[in-house]
Amino acid sequence: MAAEATPSQTVGPYFSLGLLLRDANQVVAPEAPGAIRLTGCVRDGEEEPVPDAMVEVWQADEEGRYRPEFGWARSGCDGKGRYSLVVVKPGRVADAGGRLQAPHLTMLVFARGLLKPVLTRMYFPDETAANDEDHVLTSLADASSLVARPADDGLEFDIHLQGEDETVFFAV
Amino acid sequence: MSRRTAAQEPRALVDGGDRGQPAYLHADYVSTRLRAPTRPLIVLPHTESELTGPAYGHESIGDLDHDLTRQHAGEPLGERIIVTGQVLDSAGKPVRSALIEIWQANAAGRYHHDVDRHPAPLDPNFTGAGRCLTDDEGRYRFVSVKPGAYPWRNHPNAWRPAHIHLSVFGRAFTNRLVTQMYFPGDPLFAFDPIFQSVRDPQARERLICSFDLETSEPEWALAYRFDIVLGGPSETPLER
Repeated sequence: MAAEATPSQTVGPYFSLGLLLRDANQVVAPEAPGAIRLTGCVRDGEEEPVPDAMVEVWQADEEGRYRPEFGWARSGCDGKGRYSLVVVKPGRVADAGGRLQAPHLTMLVFARGLLKPVLTRMYFPDETAANDEDHVLTSLADASSLVARPADDGLEFDIHLQGEDETVFFAV
Repeated sequence: MSRRTAAQEPRALVDGGDRGQPAYLHADYVSTRLRAPTRPLIVLPHTESELTGPAYGHESIGDLDHDLTRQHAGEPLGERIIVTGQVLDSAGKPVRSALIEIWQANAAGRYHHDVDRHPAPLDPNFTGAGRCLTDDEGRYRFVSVKPGAYPWRNHPNAWRPAHIHLSVFGRAFTNRLVTQMYFPGDPLFAFDPIFQSVRDPQARERLICSFDLETSEPEWALAYRFDIVLGGPSETPLER
């Protein structure tokens, strides 16, 4: 018997009370081999930082396997709208058609003012060959918003909820 | 082009708030105006990235994490309540070992949070946060106090109906749900743009718990029932 889904509602301004009580922003320890510090800013339609946002990430392991006990992390944003995660570059995973995808992270962003989360993907800037043949990236008119930038201590991936630089979001 | 091939191609979708879900933009809820995406969403052919999700072990949940009335030296003030329900997938099957995290205002309508400036009293015996895992039948149970309504600045004389925030992890990360559970008969429903962001009246009903006399405990606490149905693909070749 099919059931109708419960509607989504915003996390509101006070979600840190329930969702950020425990540190959970590391997929792997910062000193682990291959650990990458991933930071970025969540911005609104006027390019203002969104301090009351939260980013969650889900990824495969370095061999390209999705494992229930590995690969999830979340980070709240600070007063400047910045989140901070420690991730690792996942291996390539085949899609339903058997084509290898470029390494990527799946990300959900929650915030006051978002009645449902936005879903996006983050791809790696040093995977040009894989990115050039990725079926999702090549299907987009402009996929640049989905590729992180190298930063001094890791990677930088800003998320623009709205505006000229709006990030590509996927239907949930 | 066959249908099968078409289903494997990304395509664009205008966000309309269909299937009983709110649209991103609901102008009456002012904060959506600068935060709602405005471009069409891309529909992805599902891969493992969309069909898998994290799991949680029972060892990571404390014995009292589900009981918001027993996290301090004394008992919080307010009307003690029991909230139970079942987490189901879109086929109606129970989702076991689903992590549910909740947060809420105290009985006076005040959050234990720095940002909350509502001049209602904090309760030293109430933080307002809890979590639990569903059992093998997808069932969960929390004990708390009934939250109060509280004012916000969305429009003049704006008040949120009493609610409990719930965050739920299903089998797939992209089926994650964050929602709010409301109480039956609240006079603020008609005036609340967050509740009204769900345009379908039948879908709005799914945000309201039901009074549950059978689960109420004599001379101790009233009970409310709130079943949660997660969206997304329930049966896939990749599901274990």
